[in-house]
Amino acid sequence: MHEISVCQALVQQVLSLMQAHGARGAAAIHLLIGPLSGVEAELLRGAFALTAAGTGLEGARLVIEAPALRVACATCGAETEAAPNRLLCGACGDWHTHLVSGDELTLASVDLVVGEVEEPHV
Amino acid sequence: MCSICGCGVTPAAHGQSHAHGHPHVPAPGGTAAVSVLKGLLDENDRIAAHNRVHFDEHGVLALNLMSSPGAGKTSLLEATIDALRGRLRMAVIEGDLETDNDARRIRAKGIAAVQITTGGACHLDANMVHRALHDLALEGLNVVFIENVGNLVCPASFDLGQHANVTLLSVTEGDDKPAKYPVMFRAADVVLLSKSDLLPHVGEFEPSHALHCLRELANPAPFIELSARTGAGMKGWFDWLLAQTARRQTHAFRA
Repeated sequence: MHEISVCQALVQQVLSLMQAHGARGAAAIHLLIGPLSGVEAELLRGAFALTAAGTGLEGARLVIEAPALRVACATCGAETEAAPNRLLCGACGDWHTHLVSGDELTLASVDLVVGEVEEPHV
Repeated sequence: MCSICGCGVTPAAHGQSHAHGHPHVPAPGGTAAVSVLKGLLDENDRIAAHNRVHFDEHGVLALNLMSSPGAGKTSLLEATIDALRGRLRMAVIEGDLETDNDARRIRAKGIAAVQITTGGACHLDANMVHRALHDLALEGLNVVFIENVGNLVCPASFDLGQHANVTLLSVTEGDDKPAKYPVMFRAADVVLLSKSDLLPHVGEFEPSHALHCLRELANPAPFIELSARTGAGMKGWFDWLLAQTARRQTHAFRA
């Protein structure tokens, strides 16, 4: 369950960002989690609920995007989609490929809550 | 000056940029989208790079040993120490959830070992290794083995500052393990098929299938069948280790 560790790092990054921008909170956190990142999106959501508790980020929405897994072939030059445990070239079938995308574990952007708090009228 | 421990090592250039995006002109009381595009484990990676600087300054090769529990990481280290103690100066950082049993096994061989007990955490991270390095004198060493927590999932996500990943797969496991744990086996720089002396007793394990699954991950890593108990195949591992150590020393000499 290393998603907890990953989430602790995420919460720290977002809190630093809020501080740097004088923000009051975060409405949404946008992540890129590739199929070969080693992190499960659903476990990350569960871990975020636990990790964010008491930090001021409880209300933040996690928006997780999974980039496609794509490989480039060193033999024929084609760029094709692949499966996490079968990174073969989709054109010629060779295994001499390298990953183009699919291992992302990235904080893409944060929608910060800024500005003054509106005082309720009494 | 190192901001982590004040040990005088300047971390590599990464992580020094504290660049972050700037919000679009915010509407009062609204939200502002700030682009970040940073790795979630940036802080871990920064400390890992710092550890690597420590290793590099001493011309020490750092290896991250990973496998499922019981695949024979400690036995491999014991046999390696016995065979190469005249040629390499070695030390070990042991990672376990509990107990210092493995560190005691290594110390019984007369080799320095620092035990990290993670207290339930399923993997080592760069900060744990950094703290362990404060208890380990790197002067005069050639190799530091970091024996990770036995686990084929979590350790793969955390850079420790190692130069290479050594991944063990024992023949008492399934030969399709690389297909089941692609993140771990894709990251391997050498795969050791351990306990090969048991192959006659586990007929369903086909080494060629394990190799096939590894290549399907587009991983060209050397694949070495060996038994720490009988010594069969160990020469291939020793040759790889000695070659990597020599390369690291040349690198340090040039630097």
